[in-house]
Amino acid sequence: MRWLWIDRFTEFVSGSHARGFKNVTLAEEAIDDYSPSFPMLPPTLIIESLAQLGGVLILEHFNFEKRAVLAKVGKATYHFPARTGDRLDYHVQLDAVQDDGATLIGTCHCDGKLQANVDLMFAFLEEGQIVDGPLYKPGDLNAMLRLMNFFHVAVDADGNPLPHYKNL
Amino acid sequence: MALSEEEIFSKVQESLVDALGVDDDEVTNDATLVGDLGAESIDFLDIVFKLEKAFGITIPREELSPEDILTNNQYVSDGAVTADGMAELKRRMPWADLSKFEQNPRVQDFGNLLTVGDLCRYVGSKIGE
Repeated sequence: MRWLWIDRFTEFVSGSHARGFKNVTLAEEAIDDYSPSFPMLPPTLIIESLAQLGGVLILEHFNFEKRAVLAKVGKATYHFPARTGDRLDYHVQLDAVQDDGATLIGTCHCDGKLQANVDLMFAFLEEGQIVDGPLYKPGDLNAMLRLMNFFHVAVDADGNPLPHYKNL
Repeated sequence: MALSEEEIFSKVQESLVDALGVDDDEVTNDATLVGDLGAESIDFLDIVFKLEKAFGITIPREELSPEDILTNNQYVSDGAVTADGMAELKRRMPWADLSKFEQNPRVQDFGNLLTVGDLCRYVGSKIGE
Protein backbone atom coordinates (compact mmCIF):
# COMPACT_ATOMS: atom_id res chain seq x y z
CA MET A 1 0.00 0.00 0.00
CA ARG A 2 1.30 3.44 -0.89
CA TRP A 3 0.96 6.05 1.82
CA LEU A 4 -0.10 8.70 -0.67
CA TRP A 5 -3.19 10.69 0.20
CA ILE A 6 -3.30 12.88 -2.87
CA ASP A 7 -4.41 11.26 -6.11
CA ARG A 8 -3.46 14.16 -8.33
CA PHE A 9 -2.09 17.67 -8.24
CA THR A 10 -4.29 20.08 -10.20
CA GLU A 11 -2.50 23.36 -9.55
CA PHE A 12 0.84 24.33 -8.09
CA VAL A 13 2.32 27.81 -7.99
CA SER A 14 5.73 27.97 -6.38
CA GLY A 15 5.80 29.87 -3.09
CA SER A 16 2.06 30.47 -3.18
CA HIS A 17 -0.43 27.63 -3.20
CA ALA A 18 -1.28 24.15 -4.40
CA ARG A 19 -4.44 22.24 -5.24
CA GLY A 20 -5.03 18.55 -5.52
CA PHE A 21 -7.72 16.00 -4.98
CA LYS A 22 -8.39 12.60 -3.56
CA ASN A 23 -11.12 10.17 -4.44
CA VAL A 24 -12.29 8.25 -1.39
CA THR A 25 -12.89 4.56 -2.17
CA LEU A 26 -14.23 1.55 -0.33
CA ALA A 27 -11.11 -0.38 -1.31
CA GLU A 28 -8.89 1.55 1.09
CA GLU A 29 -7.56 -0.35 4.08
CA ALA A 30 -7.63 2.75 6.26
CA ILE A 31 -11.40 2.93 5.86
CA ASP A 32 -12.09 -0.74 6.64
CA ASP A 33 -11.64 -0.62 10.38
CA TYR A 34 -12.29 3.01 11.16
CA SER A 35 -16.07 3.01 11.14
CA PRO A 36 -17.35 -0.28 9.68
CA SER A 37 -21.01 0.61 9.43
CA PHE A 38 -20.36 4.12 8.15
CA PRO A 39 -17.45 4.03 5.72
CA MET A 40 -15.63 7.34 5.86
CA LEU A 41 -12.10 8.63 5.57
CA PRO A 42 -10.60 9.06 9.05
CA PRO A 43 -10.38 12.83 9.60
CA THR A 44 -6.72 12.56 10.53
CA LEU A 45 -6.02 11.40 6.98
CA ILE A 46 -7.43 14.67 5.69
CA ILE A 47 -4.74 16.35 7.76
CA GLU A 48 -2.24 13.92 6.24
CA SER A 49 -3.47 14.75 2.73
CA LEU A 50 -3.14 18.49 3.32
CA ALA A 51 0.27 17.91 4.88
CA GLN A 52 1.43 15.97 1.82
CA LEU A 53 0.17 18.67 -0.54
CA GLY A 54 1.58 21.43 1.64
CA GLY A 55 4.81 19.61 2.34
CA VAL A 56 5.61 19.62 -1.36
CA LEU A 57 4.76 23.33 -1.54
CA ILE A 58 7.26 24.03 1.23
CA LEU A 59 9.96 21.67 -0.02
CA GLU A 60 9.82 23.14 -3.51
CA HIS A 61 10.01 26.65 -2.07
CA PHE A 62 13.40 25.65 -0.69
CA ASN A 63 14.50 23.79 -3.83
CA PHE A 64 13.95 20.45 -2.08
CA GLU A 65 16.99 21.17 0.07
CA LYS A 66 15.24 21.26 3.47
CA ARG A 67 13.97 18.35 5.50
CA ALA A 68 10.45 19.38 6.47
CA VAL A 69 8.17 17.52 8.87
CA LEU A 70 4.66 18.27 10.05
CA ALA A 71 5.25 19.60 13.55
CA LYS A 72 1.92 20.96 14.72
CA VAL A 73 -1.71 21.15 13.71
CA GLY A 74 -2.94 24.54 14.88
CA LYS A 75 -6.63 24.14 14.21
CA ALA A 76 -8.62 21.47 12.48
CA THR A 77 -12.36 21.86 11.96
CA TYR A 78 -14.45 19.25 10.17
CA HIS A 79 -17.88 20.24 8.92
CA PHE A 80 -19.11 16.83 7.75
CA PRO A 81 -17.65 13.37 7.15
CA ALA A 82 -15.76 12.49 3.97
CA ARG A 83 -17.53 9.37 2.75
CA THR A 84 -16.57 6.75 0.22
CA GLY A 85 -17.45 7.97 -3.25
CA ASP A 86 -16.59 11.56 -2.36
CA ARG A 87 -13.99 13.54 -4.23
CA LEU A 88 -12.06 15.75 -1.83
CA ASP A 89 -10.62 18.93 -3.30
CA TYR A 90 -7.66 20.12 -1.28
CA HIS A 91 -6.09 23.55 -1.26
CA VAL A 92 -3.09 24.77 0.69
CA GLN A 93 -1.82 28.32 0.89
CA LEU A 94 1.66 29.16 2.10
CA ASP A 95 1.10 31.46 5.06
CA ALA A 96 4.48 32.28 6.60
CA VAL A 97 8.04 31.10 6.17
CA GLN A 98 10.91 31.21 8.67
CA ASP A 99 14.43 29.77 8.76
CA ASP A 100 13.13 27.05 11.07
CA GLY A 101 9.77 26.24 9.55
CA ALA A 102 6.66 27.34 7.70
CA THR A 103 2.92 27.58 8.21
CA LEU A 104 0.11 26.70 5.81
CA ILE A 105 -3.61 27.27 5.66
CA GLY A 106 -5.41 24.23 4.30
CA THR A 107 -8.97 23.56 3.20
CA CYS A 108 -10.87 20.56 1.93
CA HIS A 109 -14.01 20.96 -0.19
CA CYS A 110 -16.46 18.27 -1.23
CA ASP A 111 -19.05 19.06 -3.91
CA GLY A 112 -18.12 22.72 -3.54
CA LYS A 113 -18.88 22.70 0.19
CA LEU A 114 -16.23 23.37 2.83
CA GLN A 115 -15.56 20.00 4.45
CA ALA A 116 -12.56 20.90 6.62
CA ASN A 117 -10.16 23.70 7.37
CA VAL A 118 -6.81 22.97 8.93
CA ASP A 119 -3.84 25.14 9.96
CA LEU A 120 -0.52 23.34 9.69
CA MET A 121 2.97 24.12 10.90
CA PHE A 122 6.06 22.45 9.51
CA ALA A 123 9.47 22.44 11.13
CA PHE A 124 12.76 21.95 9.34
CA LEU A 125 15.01 19.29 10.77
CA GLU A 126 18.59 20.27 11.35
CA GLU A 127 21.27 17.84 10.29
CA GLY A 128 21.42 14.96 12.76
CA GLN A 129 18.01 15.80 14.25
CA ILE A 130 15.83 12.66 14.55
CA VAL A 131 17.53 11.00 11.59
CA ASP A 132 20.63 11.65 9.52
CA GLY A 133 20.54 12.35 5.84
CA PRO A 134 17.66 12.74 3.41
CA LEU A 135 14.11 11.68 4.37
CA TYR A 136 13.61 10.08 0.94
CA LYS A 137 15.65 7.56 -0.96
CA PRO A 138 17.13 9.03 -4.15
CA GLY A 139 14.42 9.38 -6.78
CA ASP A 140 11.53 8.29 -4.52
CA LEU A 141 9.96 11.71 -4.07
CA ASN A 142 10.41 12.45 -7.76
CA ALA A 143 8.63 9.22 -8.63
CA MET A 144 5.76 10.00 -6.23
CA LEU A 145 5.34 13.46 -7.70
CA ARG A 146 5.22 12.00 -11.20
CA LEU A 147 2.48 9.59 -10.11
CA MET A 148 0.49 12.54 -8.85
CA ASN A 149 0.82 14.63 -12.05
CA PHE A 150 2.82 17.24 -10.19
CA PHE A 151 5.03 18.11 -13.13
CA HIS A 152 2.03 18.54 -15.43
CA VAL A 153 0.75 21.51 -13.48
CA ALA A 154 3.61 22.95 -11.41
CA VAL A 155 4.81 26.41 -12.34
CA ASP A 156 6.98 29.05 -10.75
CA ALA A 157 5.67 32.45 -9.64
CA ASP A 158 5.88 33.73 -13.24
CA GLY A 159 3.96 30.80 -14.68
CA ASN A 160 7.01 29.03 -16.11
CA PRO A 161 7.65 25.30 -15.69
CA LEU A 162 9.79 24.44 -12.68
CA PRO A 163 13.51 23.89 -13.19
CA HIS A 164 15.20 20.55 -12.67
CA TYR A 165 16.07 20.09 -9.00
CA LYS A 166 19.21 18.12 -8.34
CA ASN A 167 17.98 17.02 -4.91
CA LEU A 168 14.74 15.59 -6.18
CA MET B 1 3.07 51.17 15.45
CA ALA B 2 2.06 52.70 18.77
CA LEU B 3 0.61 50.11 21.08
CA SER B 4 0.05 50.42 24.80
CA GLU B 5 1.43 47.80 27.19
CA GLU B 6 -2.10 46.49 27.64
CA GLU B 7 -2.57 46.11 23.89
CA ILE B 8 0.75 44.29 23.58
CA PHE B 9 -0.14 41.99 26.47
CA SER B 10 -3.55 41.26 24.97
CA LYS B 11 -2.07 40.23 21.61
CA VAL B 12 0.71 38.19 23.24
CA GLN B 13 -1.89 36.52 25.43
CA GLU B 14 -4.04 35.66 22.40
CA SER B 15 -1.00 34.21 20.61
CA LEU B 16 -0.07 32.06 23.61
CA VAL B 17 -3.64 30.84 24.16
CA ASP B 18 -3.74 29.84 20.50
CA ALA B 19 -0.30 28.23 20.41
CA LEU B 20 -0.38 26.45 23.76
CA GLY B 21 -4.05 25.71 24.28
CA VAL B 22 -4.03 27.39 27.70
CA ASP B 23 -6.76 29.54 29.23
CA ASP B 24 -6.65 33.34 29.17
CA ASP B 25 -6.27 33.57 32.93
CA GLU B 26 -3.23 31.29 32.94
CA VAL B 27 -1.34 33.78 30.81
CA THR B 28 -0.10 36.25 33.40
CA ASN B 29 2.97 38.45 33.25
CA ASP B 30 4.83 36.24 35.73
CA ALA B 31 3.96 32.91 34.10
CA THR B 32 6.94 31.09 32.63
CA LEU B 33 6.41 29.77 29.13
CA VAL B 34 7.85 26.32 29.81
CA GLY B 35 7.14 25.65 33.48
CA ASP B 36 3.76 27.33 33.89
CA LEU B 37 2.30 27.24 30.41
CA GLY B 38 3.81 23.93 29.28
CA ALA B 39 5.52 25.18 26.13
CA GLU B 40 7.65 22.57 24.39
CA SER B 41 10.47 23.34 22.01
CA ILE B 42 8.27 23.07 18.91
CA ASP B 43 5.80 25.50 20.47
CA PHE B 44 8.40 28.26 20.38
CA LEU B 45 8.40 28.13 16.60
CA ASP B 46 4.61 28.36 16.67
CA ILE B 47 4.74 31.30 19.10
CA VAL B 48 7.25 33.08 16.86
CA PHE B 49 4.96 32.65 13.83
CA LYS B 50 1.97 33.96 15.76
CA LEU B 51 3.80 36.96 17.21
CA GLU B 52 5.25 37.85 13.82
CA LYS B 53 1.78 37.85 12.33
CA ALA B 54 0.09 39.62 15.25
CA PHE B 55 2.61 42.47 15.38
CA GLY B 56 3.99 42.55 11.84
CA ILE B 57 7.54 41.98 13.06
CA THR B 58 10.38 39.61 12.21
CA ILE B 59 11.86 37.52 14.99
CA PRO B 60 15.30 36.06 14.25
CA ARG B 61 15.88 32.80 16.12
CA GLU B 62 18.93 34.00 18.05
CA GLU B 63 17.01 36.87 19.67
CA LEU B 64 14.71 34.65 21.73
CA SER B 65 17.01 31.67 21.99
CA PRO B 66 20.66 32.64 22.51
CA GLU B 67 21.96 29.10 21.99
CA ASP B 68 25.20 30.44 20.57
CA ILE B 69 26.01 32.03 23.94
CA LEU B 70 24.91 29.03 26.01
CA THR B 71 27.06 26.63 23.99
CA ASN B 72 30.10 28.87 23.80
CA ASN B 73 33.03 27.85 26.01
CA GLN B 74 33.94 31.48 26.29
CA TYR B 75 30.70 32.11 28.19
CA VAL B 76 30.03 28.81 29.94
CA SER B 77 32.07 26.97 32.54
CA ASP B 78 31.11 23.77 34.41
CA GLY B 79 27.57 24.00 33.12
CA ALA B 80 27.07 27.56 34.35
CA VAL B 81 27.09 30.88 32.56
CA THR B 82 30.15 32.95 33.47
CA ALA B 83 30.16 36.64 34.32
CA ASP B 84 31.14 37.42 30.74
CA GLY B 85 28.31 35.20 29.55
CA MET B 86 25.81 36.99 31.79
CA ALA B 87 26.98 40.31 30.42
CA GLU B 88 26.50 39.01 26.89
CA LEU B 89 23.03 37.66 27.71
CA LYS B 90 22.02 41.00 29.20
CA ARG B 91 23.31 42.81 26.16
CA ARG B 92 21.45 40.46 23.83
CA MET B 93 18.26 40.25 25.89
CA PRO B 94 17.79 43.59 27.64
CA TRP B 95 14.05 42.90 27.82
CA ALA B 96 14.48 39.70 29.86
CA ASP B 97 14.47 39.66 33.65
CA LEU B 98 17.64 37.69 34.34
CA SER B 99 17.88 38.53 38.04
CA LYS B 100 16.71 35.12 39.32
CA PHE B 101 18.76 33.21 36.75
CA GLU B 102 21.83 35.23 37.69
CA GLN B 103 21.71 33.88 41.25
CA ASN B 104 22.39 30.36 39.99
CA PRO B 105 23.03 30.59 36.26
CA ARG B 106 22.98 26.92 35.30
CA VAL B 107 22.64 26.52 31.54
CA GLN B 108 20.08 23.73 31.97
CA ASP B 109 17.74 26.16 33.74
CA PHE B 110 17.83 28.76 31.01
CA GLY B 111 15.08 27.06 29.03
CA ASN B 112 12.56 27.79 31.77
CA LEU B 113 13.55 31.41 32.15
CA LEU B 114 11.29 33.34 29.81
CA THR B 115 8.05 34.73 31.19
CA VAL B 116 5.05 36.22 29.46
CA GLY B 117 6.21 39.62 30.71
CA ASP B 118 9.62 39.09 29.07
CA LEU B 119 7.89 38.27 25.81
CA CYS B 120 5.77 41.41 26.04
CA ARG B 121 8.84 43.56 26.67
CA TYR B 122 10.64 41.87 23.77
CA VAL B 123 7.75 42.59 21.41
CA GLY B 124 7.61 46.15 22.73
CA SER B 125 11.30 46.59 21.92
CA LYS B 126 10.74 45.23 18.39
CA ILE B 127 7.82 47.55 17.72
CA GLY B 128 9.83 50.47 18.98
CA GLU B 129 12.70 49.79 16.57
